[in-house]
Amino acid sequence: MGGGITLYHFLVLSLIVFGLGMYCVLSRRNAIGILMGVELILNSANINYLAFDFYGGAKGITGAVAYHYDGQIFAIFVIMLAAAEAVIGLAVVLAIYQNFKTIDVSATETLSG
Amino acid sequence: MRWIILLPLLGAAINFLAGPGLQKTVGKRAISVVGCGVVIAAFVIALYALTRMLRLAPDDRFMLDYLWPWMHIGGLDLDIAFWLDPLSMVMTLIVTGVGGLIHIYSTGYMHDDESYWRFFGWLNLFTFAMLTLVLGDNLWLMFVGWEGVGLCSFALIGFWYKVPANTTAGNKAFIVNRVGDLAFVVALYTLFQGLSSIGHPTLVTREIAKYAPMLAGVTMPYLGWQLVGFSTLLMFIGATGKSAQIPLYVWLPDAMAGPTPVSALIHAATMVTAGIYMVARLNFLFSMAPATMTVIAVIGGLTALFAATIGLAQNDIKKVLAYSTVSQLGYMFAAVGVGAYAAGVFHLMTHAFFKACLFLGSGSVIHAMGGEQDMRKMGGLRHKMPITYLTFLAATLAIAGIPPFAGFMSKDEIVWQAFAHGHVFVWFLLLLGAALTVFYMFRQVYMTFFGEFRGTHEQEHHLHESPPSMAYVLIVLGVLSVIGGIGNIPEFLISWKPFEEFLAPVFSSPATRHVVESHLNSHRVEAGFALITFIVVIGGWYFADVMYRQERIDAERFSRMFGGVVYDWVFNKYYVDELYDYVIVRPYLAATRVLAWFDLHIVDGVVNFAATVIIFLSWLSGLFDKYVVDGLVNAASNVTLDVGNRLRRLQTGSINGYLYGILAAVMVILLVRAVARTG
Repeated sequence: MGGGITLYHFLVLSLIVFGLGMYCVLSRRNAIGILMGVELILNSANINYLAFDFYGGAKGITGAVAYHYDGQIFAIFVIMLAAAEAVIGLAVVLAIYQNFKTIDVSATETLSG
Repeated sequence: MRWIILLPLLGAAINFLAGPGLQKTVGKRAISVVGCGVVIAAFVIALYALTRMLRLAPDDRFMLDYLWPWMHIGGLDLDIAFWLDPLSMVMTLIVTGVGGLIHIYSTGYMHDDESYWRFFGWLNLFTFAMLTLVLGDNLWLMFVGWEGVGLCSFALIGFWYKVPANTTAGNKAFIVNRVGDLAFVVALYTLFQGLSSIGHPTLVTREIAKYAPMLAGVTMPYLGWQLVGFSTLLMFIGATGKSAQIPLYVWLPDAMAGPTPVSALIHAATMVTAGIYMVARLNFLFSMAPATMTVIAVIGGLTALFAATIGLAQNDIKKVLAYSTVSQLGYMFAAVGVGAYAAGVFHLMTHAFFKACLFLGSGSVIHAMGGEQDMRKMGGLRHKMPITYLTFLAATLAIAGIPPFAGFMSKDEIVWQAFAHGHVFVWFLLLLGAALTVFYMFRQVYMTFFGEFRGTHEQEHHLHESPPSMAYVLIVLGVLSVIGGIGNIPEFLISWKPFEEFLAPVFSSPATRHVVESHLNSHRVEAGFALITFIVVIGGWYFADVMYRQERIDAERFSRMFGGVVYDWVFNKYYVDELYDYVIVRPYLAATRVLAWFDLHIVDGVVNFAATVIIFLSWLSGLFDKYVVDGLVNAASNVTLDVGNRLRRLQTGSINGYLYGILAAVMVILLVRAVARTG
């Protein structure tokens, strides 16, 4: 099903999201912004998982025949991991704020040579 | 028998090592007991050995005491062993007997000396060395003793070392001796070579005696001379050094700087007789070399006359006796040179008696005069010192050759033998020497003991006879000077020569017997010659009497005869010492300076140059070190710093930058992977 929407459309979508997320990470000065970018990247990976899961074929990724929900289970894992990682990231941002009184990452260039 | 030698060594050891301590705690008596005791004990043992020896058959009279092996090198076998035969028996008795008497005398003479222990230490060591010389069974051991007596002589002459003149005299004695020793060693070497070449390499005396005839025709390798002649000649040169003959006698008069007992023991009775002993011991070799024998006889005769002339004009009481010793040694050498070995050794014995008596007597006089030795300051001492006077007179009569004193027996025998063996020139020299001997000896007696006292007042008050330790010795020696001649009476009187018979086995090799027996054998001629000698002797005495006792002829007139030149030359010992100084000593010292210059400039120059080269090389390597090695090290650090600088720029601290970097790296990895997969 999905008429004219093939797997490749999803892959392109995830690629675009990945790219945007990369761009966010690389170009933002705001620490929260960077974290948002990381979330985008993770979610793009999720899109990939789900797309392959839907369009995967008779066998799942693990090779089982009876069910093929592997991708969706992977996606839940990823979301969970993203959440955990966001917690850590925010803890780091908090620590940066406490030390530098700002969350502008250009202020943390104290280790420059 | 070894104790004869080892006892004095023990005495020397005790005196040297424990001496100062003993002297402080127990006093000088302890040292006297040790010092004299060992020598007297050795004499007693020697007497006992004599009795043992006399019990043996005449041809069999030798005893060997083997101690231990010494050197066994190649063909040379030397052992420490002592060989007692009639000749060494005689010498041992003289050394220990007269030596013992002189040791006793020294307890009195050296009584006030601080270094009493040192004196007796050296005296004992000397006795040990002399006995080693006499009793050693091989020539090398004899040489050890030879050197040893030279050393002790040096030490004893310079005994009062704080006076520089004494040490100089000691040096002179030792150095002149050394010249002779060099000749002796070369002689030993050539002798050994000769013996090896005929297949019997040995230096043991009795074995050399056995093989000597085989050396008859052997010649030296490059020179073509007779080996025996060459070797014996060199040995005689060694003897001239030790026994003060021409040309190496110059040390003996200077040796009078030592204490008088030293002069008596070493320079009258024992050390100087070592040369005679050596010739007598090796008579089998000397008899095979007539040329050397002639040399010995002529030099002996010349020395006898020469030294007597110098003795005429001396004013020091000991110097007269010193020159007299040189002269009498000349007599002994003349005797062995013409082949009268027994006569020479006999004169050695009688000379030991009377010369020791004379020296000790002069020591007594010097002691009484408070150290004065100039005879011109003496006079009339016979009233104050009767014992000294009588013994001195007895010894003088002996040395003059007045019968029946000891010297007559021995000296007349020599004079006669010189003529009998055909050496007329030597006989004449000896006769003239006898006249002069009488003259200067009686001059000495008259100047010292007769007439008016010519010294200072304090000296006159101090005059006294010597203490018993000295006086008794003088008496013993005086008596021996009188009766000592009994061992060997000239043949024209009685046929009584036990001494010569006793020594006969020693002089029994074929060559020696040939030499000894080839002489005129007429008793009447002998009697006639004895008469001539006697007349000459009486004439000499008369002259001295007139000149010095009756003072009818003024001695001064004689001195001024011929413009005083003769007297001047005689008084100054013919300027021989000055000659030696110019010809030998100065060039030697100049050579020393040249060599010193060489050492300082050239040798040190080379060393300094080497040092400079090394410094230059080290400077070069320093450069290398500075530029190359340090350069490398510095470059390494510079590179590191540079790279570090550049790499540091990666550390921007900007998180965005880091993330960019991560992205780029991942890209590259994927790219490489993709390319690698397709490739």
